[in-house]
Amino acid sequence: MEGFDKLIEYLPSLLEGALVTLEVAFASLAIAIVLGLITASVKLSRSRAGRFVAEVYTTVVRGVPELVLMLLIFFGGQIQVNNIGAYFEWDYIDVDAFTAGVLTIGFIYGAYLGETFRGAFLAVPVGLLEAGYAYGMSGLQVFFRILVPQMMRHALPGLGNNWLVLMKTTALVSVIGLHDLVLKAGQAGGTTRLPFIFYLFVAFAFLVFTTISIWGLKWLEKRYSVGVRRA
Amino acid sequence: MDFTPILENYQLYLKGLWITLQLVSLSLVIGLGMAVPLAILRTSSNPLVNAPVWSFTYFFRGTPLLVQMFLLYYGLGQMQFMIELSQQLDFLKDAYWYALVAFTLNTAAYTTEIIRGAIEGTDYGEVEAARACGMSRFQTYTRVILPSAFRRALPAYSNEVIFMLHGSAIASVITIIDLTGAARIIASRYYNPFEAFIAVGAVYFCITFTLIGGFKLLERHWFAHLRPREEVKAKGRTKDKAQQVI
Repeated sequence: MEGFDKLIEYLPSLLEGALVTLEVAFASLAIAIVLGLITASVKLSRSRAGRFVAEVYTTVVRGVPELVLMLLIFFGGQIQVNNIGAYFEWDYIDVDAFTAGVLTIGFIYGAYLGETFRGAFLAVPVGLLEAGYAYGMSGLQVFFRILVPQMMRHALPGLGNNWLVLMKTTALVSVIGLHDLVLKAGQAGGTTRLPFIFYLFVAFAFLVFTTISIWGLKWLEKRYSVGVRRA
Repeated sequence: MDFTPILENYQLYLKGLWITLQLVSLSLVIGLGMAVPLAILRTSSNPLVNAPVWSFTYFFRGTPLLVQMFLLYYGLGQMQFMIELSQQLDFLKDAYWYALVAFTLNTAAYTTEIIRGAIEGTDYGEVEAARACGMSRFQTYTRVILPSAFRRALPAYSNEVIFMLHGSAIASVITIIDLTGAARIIASRYYNPFEAFIAVGAVYFCITFTLIGGFKLLERHWFAHLRPREEVKAKGRTKDKAQQVI
């Protein structure tokens, strides 16, 4: 194919971009899991106000496109941070594309994972938790030692789907100027005037990430289902 | 917070809304039309029929919509035949069509897999009953398999519609002035990104929940036979459904 030598020439720069894409994906996943666990716990808690806040959070995220939220946090967030900074007389704080992108994606998928985890929490028998308390564990200990390992088996299919979608969403950070795989490919395609092969490379890179993830998720599902007999 | 620049430019937002609705509904309709035959081919046990459809859906579901759109818009623009063709056909210079094609292929791939799942979920007894009644293969599909498959596909398809609405925001990246594009123009002209994007987010929010409401009504209609009779139970069920839909 035309321009294959160019692709080789730009490969180091593309790989750098791929690394940024993966960094964004894993950082957002970490934030999303933490937010998801908090959201699920709050939704199942007795606090009426907490449940209301969690409900508003998940509803807003579902209703607004990812790109709009990202632009809001990147451009709008900078102005708000400047305003707050001016009030407290801080030095200039820069909301960079990486932070804005990771925060937005983490924020969005935290809401979706909240739903996944809520269902998974409900699938864990209460007796197991009671047994934990009976051994004298604290609430946090029961949460991390019993509830989370037990519910993971139920949460994994949903978690896996969300991870696959999250990874593709990271492409949006190129719109706010982060030098991820998509932007690097766009620049290389622009200078060589051969955008097709570069975007095709990006597409295949994402296919590779997706395929590896699917294998990994299958392995994880097997691992977490060790204690369950299959029909 | 000052929303006056947005109210003053409401016409720009209205134009953007119109473009967004056009892009989303056109791609959904064409995509659904493509997905039904593709889903039937996808359920075939013959690998020669199944594999091409599988590769199509695997590619379009495994890569970001943004990259697919770039591949068409920038990638095709480099090809010699496209350059020659767009000198004769003026509409090929318009980014709108590239976005529409990308969205259509993307939603076709997702919808194919949704319908495939629903077709494969058909109770085989129904197919046997249709055969026993003397229906041809075509009749079995149009009279028995597809109607019940569409019904089962509805909750997942409503998700796909919302996904497409939200995904369409990226059209603004290739110079199309859709809803998000309008907000970006206002944000850069008045330097009020916070207000501009909150306003446009609210519009998307309203469309999303109108659609979700519409799909709930459709489900009530099509799943009427599954609703329990007692009033108390009915309330519990609709709440469960709502969570499934979203």
